[in-house]
Amino acid sequence: MNAGMNAGMNGIHWIGRHSALHAHGIEAARIGHLWWLMFWVCSTVFVLVMAATGFAITRRPDSTGLPGPVAPRSRLWMTRVVAGAVGLTIVTLFVLLFASVATGRAVASLGAPSAVVIKVTGHQWWWEVEYQDPQPSHIVRTANEIHIPAGRPVLIRLASNDVIHSFWVPSLHGKRDLIPGHDSQLWIEADRPGTYRGFCAEFCGHQHAHMGLLIIADRPDRYAAWYAAQLQTPPPPASPLEQRGRQVVEAAPCALCHTIGGTTASGSLGPDLTHLASRRTLAAATLPNTAANLGAWIVDPQAAKPGNQMPANSLAPGDLQAVVAYLESLR
Amino acid sequence: MRRHLLSVSILLALALAGCPRETRSFHAPASESARPETVRQVSLQPGAALPKQAASGPYEGNAWAISQGERLYEQYNCVGCHFHGGGGIGPPLMDEQWIYGGSGQNIHDTIVQGRPNGMPSYGGHIPDGQVWMITAYVRTLSGQVPKPERPTRNDELFPHPSEQAMPRKTPKPAQADHPG
Repeated sequence: MNAGMNAGMNGIHWIGRHSALHAHGIEAARIGHLWWLMFWVCSTVFVLVMAATGFAITRRPDSTGLPGPVAPRSRLWMTRVVAGAVGLTIVTLFVLLFASVATGRAVASLGAPSAVVIKVTGHQWWWEVEYQDPQPSHIVRTANEIHIPAGRPVLIRLASNDVIHSFWVPSLHGKRDLIPGHDSQLWIEADRPGTYRGFCAEFCGHQHAHMGLLIIADRPDRYAAWYAAQLQTPPPPASPLEQRGRQVVEAAPCALCHTIGGTTASGSLGPDLTHLASRRTLAAATLPNTAANLGAWIVDPQAAKPGNQMPANSLAPGDLQAVVAYLESLR
Repeated sequence: MRRHLLSVSILLALALAGCPRETRSFHAPASESARPETVRQVSLQPGAALPKQAASGPYEGNAWAISQGERLYEQYNCVGCHFHGGGGIGPPLMDEQWIYGGSGQNIHDTIVQGRPNGMPSYGGHIPDGQVWMITAYVRTLSGQVPKPERPTRNDELFPHPSEQAMPRKTPKPAQADHPG
């Protein structure tokens, strides 16, 4: 079991693009431009400094072995070089400062009135996702997977439930901290459909490294279809096995922490499982969402993600199979 | 002088190496389902009374498990009736009165089995390892757990001192003379 899990974990890190230098959104592109500007300016400065150092080291000493007296004409020349270098340094620093401030202002807001608004709450160690809507029946809750329409600005409101986390999707935007009691926000826009990987970028405890998320940018029509499907209550269990699974979930410890729409399971401590089977990963982008991983996760979550808040569950073997079958039916 | 200083430093370093680091056992302890002793609800026994065992559970002495218990005490809504130890709808947990016994095993059984007049039965709903964590935390409220393991700071806005600063209460035999 462990070997399979590890293989799965190794594989999953490659789901989704994640590089700040391969921008897939307007803001990441601006940050990328700033990064390249800084890279080239700093590289040039480095080369010039090294050249000057090399020149100073290899200057021929006089017969006494010490640098000889400087002629008045050379002294004037040296003064000009040093003054010029100081002036150039100041100008360069101001250019970089201006570029940083301009980029910071540009990425601070996309200011679109018709944006999709998503509240993302950080937990140890997963992301709670809630699509906000003035109508309560249009609110969608999910976890660790954010679907967005490509080409449309999205306002992400960030909050934390326990400690400081940081939301970072390198291909779309920079980092933004989630601070308990202090809500912040972030605008993102993916310019083309794709799957982008996000991370927690602020050390938040034992499983910080396994606190990932996926942002899936879809064409607007596919996004609308996904949203409509998420609003539906999952269909009732089709087979006796799934029926049994639902009974176990409602009575076993599951229901104390998890919510499944249309059932009596309405806990709010763990991720919403209403459409669990429609998600690509388990345990905050740690494991691929397969029946085998799901079963192993339910029985012993501490094997895959030691220290996480989900306790081990000792279900009867038949019940485990039923629970997995039922959860896999929650599309 | 210098040699003395060196040997003292080495001795101190060796002593430091002897300090145990608390381990966090993320897998529930194997013994948790095994009942370590018989819980007696009355003191009457045939023949001479057997010596009382301290059935404090697997987590007393583990600060991390107790802080998990504190979190679960909130999240599973123990606070709803017992509040932060002061009691209200349910009996207080920070005093020396224990209706159903104040040992770890007694508290564990009270959570698992439920008690008349309002205490729900959580057996099968809360995994046993977590029940033991809650038990260990409940015992910090009346100072039954060694001081270094108790939470040093309150998570809630409540004017009682932190669990670590709570005075130790000596559990009284309750009205029915439960041995505890």
